[in-house]
Amino acid sequence: MAELRANSPCAGALPLVIGSVMAREEDLGVITALLPYRGRETALSEALKAAHGMAFPAPNRATGKVGARAIWAGRDQALLLGPVPDPALCEHAALSDQSDGWAAVRLEGAGAEAVLARLVPVDLRAQVFKRGHTVRSQVQHMAGSITRVGERAFLILVFRSMAATLVHDLKTAMEAVAARG
Amino acid sequence: MRITCPLCGARDRREFYYRGAALALERPAPDAGEQAWDDYLFLRENPAGETRDLWYHANGCGAWLVVRRDTRSHAVLEVRLAGEGAQ
Ligand SMILES: [Zn+2]
Repeated sequence: MAELRANSPCAGALPLVIGSVMAREEDLGVITALLPYRGRETALSEALKAAHGMAFPAPNRATGKVGARAIWAGRDQALLLGPVPDPALCEHAALSDQSDGWAAVRLEGAGAEAVLARLVPVDLRAQVFKRGHTVRSQVQHMAGSITRVGERAFLILVFRSMAATLVHDLKTAMEAVAARG
Repeated sequence: MRITCPLCGARDRREFYYRGAALALERPAPDAGEQAWDDYLFLRENPAGETRDLWYHANGCGAWLVVRRDTRSHAVLEVRLAGEGAQ
């Protein structure tokens, strides 16, 4: 019988280092969408704190830290990145395993903001977009999620089927930024 | 043109999908009669002035929005979440 091995979404396409910017794939572990039931938002947040140490994120915010993060992902929706979700969460929210559904890329470096400025129609400069801030917006033409995870580092999520397009768009923007010196 | 999503903040128009007049929120009762259903399905105002439209924040938070807008100036007057019973 054939031996099947899982490939990561950006396998073979990343990492890329161009100019001052590096893009590499992130293995986020388990990815779970959390969709609180009506009126259970507070209870869900409490359960999330008890089980995984972070509150349910407000719109445009991320909570937690490396290895166990919750990022706001849309209206009444967050993505839990890292841990296997505690079954207690199911009492307050619909959960869906999306581990294989997303391509995750870390974009890092002095020019990372300039690269994203070419792709995302939202101001992501450090003075307005700080660590722990996130947006649902678009990356070139794709729906995506962008979170600042460090001084000069961003976590970018797009649907897995768009992984090659994401890498292509990042590479084009990275080359253009590098060409300007 | 920019639309200020109540959840996401001010965003470029390209993130939104335009649905049309915000009539879906006033769907007639099944037995409302032919006239009411004919109006609902086929008749639209075309004002030079204030409109009330449904927009979908497709490449954003995924919320349906009710946007009041002036077609003469493109000024956006108000944006509310359709899910919160915006009228
Ligand atoms: Zn929005």
